[in-house]
Amino acid sequence: MKAFARLLEALVFTPGRNAKLAHLQRYFAETPDPDRGWALAAIAGDLALPNVTASRIRGLVEERVDPVLFRLSYDYVGDLAETVALIWPGEGDTPPRLSEVVSRLQQTGTASAGAVLADLCDRMGPSERLALIKLATGGLRVGVSARLARTALAGYSGRDLERIEELWFAIEPPYTALFSWLEGGPEPALDLDLAFRPMMLANPVEGRLESLDPAEYAAEWKWDGVRIQAVAFRGERRLYTRTGDEISGSFPDVIASMTWQGAVDGELLVMRDGAVASFADLQKRLGRKRVGAKTMAVNPAHLRLYDLLHDGTTDLRPLPLAERRSALADWLRAADPDATDLSADVPFESWDDLAELRAGARAEGQEGLMLKRLDAAYTGGRPMGPWFKWKRDPLTADCVILYAQRGHGKRSSFYSDYTFGAWNGADLVPVGKAYSGFTDAELRELDAWVRNNTVERYGPVRAVKSDLVVEVAFDALQRSTRHKSGIAMRFPRIKRIRWDKPAGEADTLRSLQALLG
Amino acid sequence: MQNALCSKTMHLLSLTPEGIYCARGGFHIDPVRPVRRAVVTHAHADHCRPGHEALLATPETLAIAGVRYGAEAFGSKQALPYGERQKVGDVTVSLVPAGHVLGSAQVVVEADGRREVVSGDYKRRADPSCAPFEVVTCDLFVTEATFGLPVFTHPPVEGEIARLIASRTQFPERCHAVGTYALGKAQRLIMELRAAGYERPIWLHGALTKLCDLYGEWGRHLGPLAQATVAEAKQLQGEIVLAPPGALADRWARRLPDPVIVGASGWMRVRQRAKQRGVELALVISDHADWPELIETIAETQAGEIWVTHGAEEALCHYCTGLGIQARPLSLLGREDEGE
Repeated sequence: MKAFARLLEALVFTPGRNAKLAHLQRYFAETPDPDRGWALAAIAGDLALPNVTASRIRGLVEERVDPVLFRLSYDYVGDLAETVALIWPGEGDTPPRLSEVVSRLQQTGTASAGAVLADLCDRMGPSERLALIKLATGGLRVGVSARLARTALAGYSGRDLERIEELWFAIEPPYTALFSWLEGGPEPALDLDLAFRPMMLANPVEGRLESLDPAEYAAEWKWDGVRIQAVAFRGERRLYTRTGDEISGSFPDVIASMTWQGAVDGELLVMRDGAVASFADLQKRLGRKRVGAKTMAVNPAHLRLYDLLHDGTTDLRPLPLAERRSALADWLRAADPDATDLSADVPFESWDDLAELRAGARAEGQEGLMLKRLDAAYTGGRPMGPWFKWKRDPLTADCVILYAQRGHGKRSSFYSDYTFGAWNGADLVPVGKAYSGFTDAELRELDAWVRNNTVERYGPVRAVKSDLVVEVAFDALQRSTRHKSGIAMRFPRIKRIRWDKPAGEADTLRSLQALLG
Repeated sequence: MQNALCSKTMHLLSLTPEGIYCARGGFHIDPVRPVRRAVVTHAHADHCRPGHEALLATPETLAIAGVRYGAEAFGSKQALPYGERQKVGDVTVSLVPAGHVLGSAQVVVEADGRREVVSGDYKRRADPSCAPFEVVTCDLFVTEATFGLPVFTHPPVEGEIARLIASRTQFPERCHAVGTYALGKAQRLIMELRAAGYERPIWLHGALTKLCDLYGEWGRHLGPLAQATVAEAKQLQGEIVLAPPGALADRWARRLPDPVIVGASGWMRVRQRAKQRGVELALVISDHADWPELIETIAETQAGEIWVTHGAEEALCHYCTGLGIQARPLSLLGREDEGE
């Protein structure tokens, strides 16, 4: 538990990806089974433990600490788990192993969870207690994705990341057989049919288009939904996100439509009367544990297929795209499932043809175009060359910088995060925040400008003179009840710094509202 | 507030807008504005400000004040070494080690068999860079409460230093840049690193050098030191650099090669706070008493009355009241966190 707590602490504080990997690799190399496997599961979000509620934990601590002192401490610290970890009386020096903690929490019923947690807390110091409470309440939040954790497995073992990913989704914590293979043992024998297959991702085409031969590529629309992989074998059906998280539970309508055998790559959309609905409608379906009939009727889900990875008898991934696409069309015709269709080919002769099509694409759900090499096999990850995305031009607005905040890691001495606003009458209302899009040289200029034009400081934030206009690019605009302006931008970034433009000529809130999707 | 302090007891100390005042001695203690006569507990800027007509303090504190403010900052200066007694007006004043930084003292004021103690900032942990805190039993004890919440328990300093040294081994090509206040914390860190066997030169931001030299003159040997401000980035790879926290969060830090930003303070105990300060390695090393030290000290002084100058007054007063000790928050303005 000590090593696990130390690892979490290091990960929380480490901004850099490489340093995070170094901490993880060292932990995997130095920690025995099964503790490292449980830690890996916890970090990757694959560890299901019975949840202990926050109020239960609060109750435990108030039995041991003066409630007034606890309240004052909680007010100061601001995080319940951390307050409890720090204020818990005593400094136990017989911390259990992580595997013992996990097995005790797994075997505990709701009624006795409090007593078990208290006993474990008594045996630990504050750092381990914090790790324990985070485990028990669900959510470590250490800024490590499951993908990064697997990358660390590859780094420490020298095994191929792609193979690790394939096995990963078919193996359960604490992954003892996986670690054994990583350290030179035999590869675990697994049934990979129902497992998630690492998905193939695209790179942006910007700046490379001229070097590509149009005859070697197929084009199709990039649909603005959620990229998924759907898998069905022998009556079992699963729906995965592109990172391998299973979301079958949120989409019983999709699961019901999967009357076929095989594995497909596609886009999850909401469709009404044959038309793709907005991404905001799809968002209403995401992350739900239970879905009512009404929700499914109002926002019906739909699969639009890009690729066929397995046809029920054969793994098609090694085949070239052209063969997979024609196999997909035949397969779909034969299976004929409900609420499922093919993402059609977009025929073209030259890049100019395609550019014209792309410029005209304003239909709901078309996020841009995908260019895929006809002769490329399907490989997981983001290989450079076979697949490109060519997003439609972003929307833009001229906004005035209102606040600047220092960045993190390498950017911690730079004011690199900017909140910007649009005019609403005589006032500027914040409409978004961006921290990318500029070059390093521009960042230095912006940083200097912020320092020279500060009007007020609040901790790490500076309010600046309403003088500098930036052209902000964003993918879409949505209504928002959380923001004062009533709008929220998707992926805002700074496209250009308009040193030349007077602030009075920046866009108004009203002109932005006209762009609402 | 003024009324709350007027109890039936004839206090030697009272509270004025300038800070704590001793009417019968005619002096202020750690006043926030220039006054005629000031007694100061230690040389941190929020306790020792320039401009007093007469200043009484330990010789070490006077020396530090001289380095910081120059020879002309005070009308006259009088040194009172630890343990010596001095009649001031109608009261007797003595200075007793507070264990906070070099020269830091508790101000003990006595008259008519009554004893009142202003501790200034203090800690109870061993610190090779200054004299250890001595308990003085008294009728009224004026305490700080910077870390006056039970979430603050500082771990042993040896373990924290060991974490710094281990991180250096793990990231040998990166520079470890420790944010530290120029007076006290920096010198203590250096001496603790030496005690842990770290013998390489320690690289300093310019704001730290004069005070490190002064500590040397007072017999606190810091080992080899070097100037980080004029160093090549390459020279700093794998090295430990000390600089004020503000410099590390700002442009000065751009000279450092892929730095691990290290925080060293009691606030590092709270992870979210530490993270807000942008540190990558959080060491809990403090010049202030933690919660157990505060309550232990209050008990040991046997004082029937406690005044709390600054920090988390509410929690400490609540605690004292629960023990039947009278306790009052003074909410002194102008006290800072000392880069803590």
